Amino acid sequence: MIESADKRRLDGDFTELYRAHLRDVYSYAYYRVGNHHDAEDLTEQTFLQAYRHFERAQRESDGRPLRPWLIRIAHNLAANYYRDRSRKPQTQLEDAAVVSATHDTETLVEGRQELRDVLAGVSSLPDDRREALIMRFALGMDNREIARALDRSEGATKVLIHRAIKQLEQQLEEAVDG
Amino acid sequence: MAEMGDVEALLRSALVPVEPSEALSDRLQRGLSEITDLAVEELADWELSTMRDPRNWGPTVAAVVAGGAAAGGLVVLSARQRRRHRGSGPMRSLQHGVREVSSDLRSRLRR
Repeated sequence: MIESADKRRLDGDFTELYRAHLRDVYSYAYYRVGNHHDAEDLTEQTFLQAYRHFERAQRESDGRPLRPWLIRIAHNLAANYYRDRSRKPQTQLEDAAVVSATHDTETLVEGRQELRDVLAGVSSLPDDRREALIMRFALGMDNREIARALDRSEGATKVLIHRAIKQLEQQLEEAVDG
Repeated sequence: MAEMGDVEALLRSALVPVEPSEALSDRLQRGLSEITDLAVEELADWELSTMRDPRNWGPTVAAVVAGGAAAGGLVVLSARQRRRHRGSGPMRSLQHGVREVSSDLRSRLRR
């Protein structure tokens, strides 16, 4: 019965991981696919996939947090999602962020437009830059975690994020000027 | 003109974390507990019945290990395949996954 005891411990650990990171996975999925229905689907598939490989991931993690591993699964599944269905990311993300702003009517309208422009700008970035920004700002991941999730060095990740922000900055400037 | 710092502030405001619906949370949690409970129950029942016969002691241990390892993988694979083919709802794919694990464990244990 040693196997059963080990399995119970493993399942307990997995439940903890699930509870701690459901929101992270869902947020990532939502900003990748742009709608709640597909984000739920992607979240579900991510946790099922994670459950399948959890024992090995835990063994090889060497005590490091498993969030980057989890996000990497979601990242791979999202890539398949677009490849299989020939879909493009959607940009209608209003209900996540724009609506949550609390201002008076005039600033609310201006603020909404500004945030909408930012979201549209993020959506138009190259995949790796967009993902790095989602991980940094929506999930609050640091460079080390993002590097692990994207399988890059920390240095390369820092450069990636810097370039992503610069590109977005330029886009926003052009939108204002144009 | 937007500065780097401004853009970061805008990104923080725009890319807020998104809460999953309670329905998704409940569904996932229920599905995962069903999968894990079922695998443990099936193994325990079968171990008790098989271990009464000493001739089964060797194969029993091997089958328990193989069955346990296969269970998780099968759930995921079958759930995903069914989902792709049928486009069914998340709970349905989880339920199918649970049934598949149960049936796979039974057939492995009978061998």
